[in-house]
Amino acid sequence: MLSVTNLSVSFRTRRGEVNAVRGISFDLGRGETLGIVGESGSGKSVTSYALLRILDAGGTIRAGDVTYGGVDLRAASERDMRDIRGREISMIFQNPRAALNPIRKVGHQIEDVLRQHGRATRQDARAKAIKALADVRINDPAARYDAYPFELSGGMCQRIVIAIALACDPKLLIADEPTTGLDITTQKTVMDLSRDLIRARGMSSILITHDLGLAAEYCDRLAVMKDGEIVETGIAAAVFAAPQHPYTARLVDATPRPGLGLRDLLPAKARTPLPGHAPGERTLVQVRDLVKTYPGKSGPVHAVKGISFTIREGQSVGLVGESGCGKSTTSSILVRLLDRTSGDILFEGVDIADIPAERFVRDKRRSQIQMVFQDATDSLNPRHSARQTIADPILRMSDLRGARLTARIEELATLCGLPLPLLDRFPHQLSGGQKARVGIARAIALDPKFLILDEPTAALDVSIQAVVLNLLADLRARLGMTYLFVSHDLNVVRLLCDHVIVMQGGEIVEQGPTAQVMDTPSHPYTRNLLAAAPRPPVLAAPMTDQPAAQ
Amino acid sequence: MTGRTRAIGMRLAQTVPVIIGVIVISFILTRALPGDPAVYFAGAMADEQSIQQVREALGLDKPLVTQFFLYVGDLAQGDLGRSISTGQPVLTDLAMRLPASLELTLSALVLSCLIAIPLGVLAAVRQGSWVDHLCRLLVTAGVSLPTFFTGIMLVYIFYYLLGWAPSPLGRLDFIYLEPPRVTGFFLIDSLLAGDPETFAAALRQLALPAITLALFTLAPIARMTRAAMLQALSSDYIRTARAAGLSRSKVLFGYGLRNALLPVVTTLGMVFSFVLGANVLVEKVFAWPGIGSYAVEALVASDYAAVQGFVLAMAFLFVTLNLIIDLSYALIDPRIGFDTK
Repeated sequence: MLSVTNLSVSFRTRRGEVNAVRGISFDLGRGETLGIVGESGSGKSVTSYALLRILDAGGTIRAGDVTYGGVDLRAASERDMRDIRGREISMIFQNPRAALNPIRKVGHQIEDVLRQHGRATRQDARAKAIKALADVRINDPAARYDAYPFELSGGMCQRIVIAIALACDPKLLIADEPTTGLDITTQKTVMDLSRDLIRARGMSSILITHDLGLAAEYCDRLAVMKDGEIVETGIAAAVFAAPQHPYTARLVDATPRPGLGLRDLLPAKARTPLPGHAPGERTLVQVRDLVKTYPGKSGPVHAVKGISFTIREGQSVGLVGESGCGKSTTSSILVRLLDRTSGDILFEGVDIADIPAERFVRDKRRSQIQMVFQDATDSLNPRHSARQTIADPILRMSDLRGARLTARIEELATLCGLPLPLLDRFPHQLSGGQKARVGIARAIALDPKFLILDEPTAALDVSIQAVVLNLLADLRARLGMTYLFVSHDLNVVRLLCDHVIVMQGGEIVEQGPTAQVMDTPSHPYTRNLLAAAPRPPVLAAPMTDQPAAQ
Repeated sequence: MTGRTRAIGMRLAQTVPVIIGVIVISFILTRALPGDPAVYFAGAMADEQSIQQVREALGLDKPLVTQFFLYVGDLAQGDLGRSISTGQPVLTDLAMRLPASLELTLSALVLSCLIAIPLGVLAAVRQGSWVDHLCRLLVTAGVSLPTFFTGIMLVYIFYYLLGWAPSPLGRLDFIYLEPPRVTGFFLIDSLLAGDPETFAAALRQLALPAITLALFTLAPIARMTRAAMLQALSSDYIRTARAAGLSRSKVLFGYGLRNALLPVVTTLGMVFSFVLGANVLVEKVFAWPGIGSYAVEALVASDYAAVQGFVLAMAFLFVTLNLIIDLSYALIDPRIGFDTK
């Protein structure tokens, strides 16, 4: 049905030609689902744009053939391509809210497509658009017809994007990271929905994702891309169970899943024994009846509704829940960047909740409580070199200067695995993983006792996530820090944490030792979260002879 | 929609303190001006006593606070005072001259939008092409040439050398009669009176000053359109629209331009406010009987009532204009009115 041979795509940039895709070939049969998997920069999205000829400015197809149902897509006129897009081949995108026109009613956006392809007239467009909304299982589609994207949740927006893509009954759907940025349960609903629709209509589909587990669950075949080339293709289960190419093997290893230890994520030869980890008995942080209420337009918003928990010294506590559950608010209050409405936070037995957030910066306990932020890029000052970034807290909070300061910065960099020559680079000259290391080095610069990690690996590729998670485990053992690890990814939390707190709607619905919460969840919400995690077809036994490290 | 109505109501309520502030500040500012109007109007031959008489007649001997309350009291009755240089009530003067300025500014802006927005769109769509370079050239020329220079240039070429334009003296050649006053805009009034000849004459007079101002305002509008359009075209929803096979015009105008218009409308409001105050030079070059030249003359003469009246009128105009911009913004962008607290 779709046949790609030797496709090459290049981009003109200021630094000359960049080959984003280098001679890839694959076929897609009728009713088949192909997963294209790769990390950022592997050229997987560019491939899909090239198929539809919607490359960004500067991008051109250098060579190769793309044939769809006997039509040469490379040679087709722009007018023919417009008829093919949306009617024969459709596409859905990541970041669904941005993928919709922000100032046009969603119903009208669906009508635009229907009418463009002659599937509706002015008279019946509304009815057909509402039917398209009903097809993607949107409740009360007639009312949603008049909604603007900003009034809908991310999951809803993705359903609208799917409705637009499927409105004209295309034969092939290309999904480009359709669930990135969505909650795990929303991810499952969206993926299940699109799979059901694709099956019901007998369509073929291509799923482009960085998540090998997700691709393995939803696709028949996988193609693994690296640096613009396909390094391996095969039946999904086979690729996952017995990867042939070393890169695929590394990706499979780095995908967190039940039954693996932290070190199993790393390539086999990097698997040193994991340092022992035993939380102490003394209480470090005690939170009692913490409440945070924001003033809202339509009455107060109760972000956190009276939660209590205890963190022992040396313990690693995972705080999980979906967006809007109050986990970020809780972590911001604990790190004392935000004031609570009521409740106590005892740090080493002393209440720190009464110190206003803006004064806490001058408190001596500021250096004891530090944070690693979610977005490694946005949380670094773009005009500060890595060295300045790491020096910043030291200059503010201690009297280390001169040669001792330099020594300390280099010590921290070594500790975090950041090569010393990179210290004088600026954030834009560093890779994602290196920026994450800088962020961690800055957070531990003052030897904090309590480190709050707000989804530190959410923006990283899986192989880098694996390295960063292991780094965090090593640092914990070296420096005896206590972690509060905020995440939505239960598989990651399982690897790093001893204790898990599950939040929903501002309340703690369940907490307990990791193994207990993960293996025998008592609350239906926890069970839901666990069930929503992608389940690779083969739940392989640990692939090494090492026992699970925790 | 109730949230929206409330947002609009709030926006209207916000204009009240602005107006009050302008009244206070314009009063204080005019008193702070150097020069004594009593001396000026008593004439060169006046002695101490007659100056004192003039001062009392103008009410300038009273304490400032009393003067202020007298002024506010008059304002409340719609009395802006009498200009001591023209001898007319300030309100009458403004009613005569404001339409002249507005007609000039509005036609200049319409002209400039008609050129700048398509130019900006084209420059964004064909980035790096000759249209883009032309756009850049026009924009640079537009901002770097002062209006009095372009004005005089245009007069020299089109009136003196070519003789296409009428003499640059006011709104209407002296052989024509002013159309019966309805809106004060000659173009509209002459059409209302069914007098195409006067309309043509008024248009001829208007052409050069309007082009001068339009050249000046072209730059910010074209630049903003280009930048906003470039940003809109690189956003995700454009890719969605393209992937759905929408036609090129639908993608460009229905999806791209409508989003790009938001910042353009904001710029338009700023440009309009700015030009209304800054077209004094153009009015002087073309002997245009507008509000700008009126204000300058009043200022030179320390004509308190006229200056205050001018400042107040401008403030009202700015406030109304910003209101219109904000409200039209709310019409284009559905997110406004929900996001504001």
